[in-house]
Amino acid sequence: MTEVSMAKEDVASTGDLVVLKSVNKHFGALHVLQDIDLTIARGEVVVVIGPSGSGKSTLCRTINRLETIDDGSISIDGKPLPHEGKELARLRADVGMVFQSFNLFAHKTVLENVTLGQVKVRRKDRKQAEERARTLLDRVGVGAQADKYPAQLSGGQQQRVAIARALAMEPKVMLFDEPTSALDPEMINEVLEVMQQLARDGMTMIVVTHEMGFARSAANRVVFMADGRIIEQAAPDQFFSNPRSDRAKDFLSKILHH
Amino acid sequence: MPAGAPPTGERRTGAHPHAEAREIVFDFLSGYDLLGAFWVTVQLTLLSAAGSLVWGTLLAGMRVGPVPLMRGFGTAYVNIVRNIPLTVIILFTSLGLNQTLGVGLGSENFDTINFRLAVLGLIAYTSAFVCEAIRSGINTVPVGQAEAARALGLSFTQVLTLVVLPQAFRSVVGPLTNVLIALTKNTTVAAAIGVAEAALLMKEMIENEAQLLLISAVFAFGFVCLTLPTGLILGWVGKKVAVKR
Repeated sequence: MTEVSMAKEDVASTGDLVVLKSVNKHFGALHVLQDIDLTIARGEVVVVIGPSGSGKSTLCRTINRLETIDDGSISIDGKPLPHEGKELARLRADVGMVFQSFNLFAHKTVLENVTLGQVKVRRKDRKQAEERARTLLDRVGVGAQADKYPAQLSGGQQQRVAIARALAMEPKVMLFDEPTSALDPEMINEVLEVMQQLARDGMTMIVVTHEMGFARSAANRVVFMADGRIIEQAAPDQFFSNPRSDRAKDFLSKILHH
Repeated sequence: MPAGAPPTGERRTGAHPHAEAREIVFDFLSGYDLLGAFWVTVQLTLLSAAGSLVWGTLLAGMRVGPVPLMRGFGTAYVNIVRNIPLTVIILFTSLGLNQTLGVGLGSENFDTINFRLAVLGLIAYTSAFVCEAIRSGINTVPVGQAEAARALGLSFTQVLTLVVLPQAFRSVVGPLTNVLIALTKNTTVAAAIGVAEAALLMKEMIENEAQLLLISAVFAFGFVCLTLPTGLILGWVGKKVAVKR
């Protein structure tokens, strides 16, 4: 691994927002994360790709401790990830997360979904929260659906609401765990466009995805994982045109050129 | 005239022989405060239902919570209490709590004490079933809902009260209705410690009157009048509040 991350660590330790150091995790006998070292700088967009079962979703979920790790360390904005409790909740509020299956609160309207965290975690007053929610919903193009329930929306709309819900917390970093994998093909682009806009606006993003087009156009860096390890990381142009590892070559040959 | 004698219509030839007949058939009801007794049943039911909903929800919260001690307590409570006959629990409140330990629940009046003890016993018992109904409801809420809530920075209690329980309740209106109907009928056990509810009156009437079948039928009908609408209304409510996914 990887001159890229080494170089970054040397140069800009203050600019590093998310730092994973020799992170290990097991699911029973399965060693899903093996000595993961990964550093993400402020404003960087990192796309994590790899075959299924390579541990990329797990990696994404460890960053806000939806999955615990066995050893190693994760720190966000210089602070190590706390254990359960108030501290952890506070940190999670700063880390936005978008799930594969949207996970909008089914019993609340779209607007309530986007205001809940602001009111209950950020302690904003309801009016301000609703104002911000409506602005964000307009920004992701679902402003007209504010009073509907999630089940009444298409998958693409639901995922855009989920992005708005995460953005409402004014997160330092956004995690995307396969945000387009549960979508019908015609809805993928509307979600990717929102994410691309977000990347252009300078949001720090960690994106687990199979969308190679997005990786090419929006990512600063591509991280390739297989069998619980980071095999290779490079700028997207370099990775897609000239992958160094056999594993990556093999993976790319299977998914590209259709 | 002997109670239960068939109405002959010969005693008085009037314009309303049937009204006369009804009067004679239900003669045995006069002198008893039937409505008053059922009102006590309703009070027992409502107070116990409210109490066991609160306590049962707390227990369910403990059982799904992160604190091992509370999980253990919740599990132990449910498994012990739901396996003890209600009669034993109700008798214990009177013989154990009141007469041995001197618990009076803030009253000097014997009837009031017994009523409150019965409510306490019914809450203790019913909440075990409420807890399990709610817990099964919690299991119907997809894990992703709680994960999304945690990812926003909500605390465990907030995740439970704002996201998980509201959805869990909506999916267990049916099972909770069953518990409520069972509770309504279980209030009859309060007769064991002398609470003047419907079953105690029935016992008294059976001792004093001869129309055994009719008396039973009247009380059965009374309970059906309480529980049937409960089931129908809550069945409608359950459909109305169901979460669409």
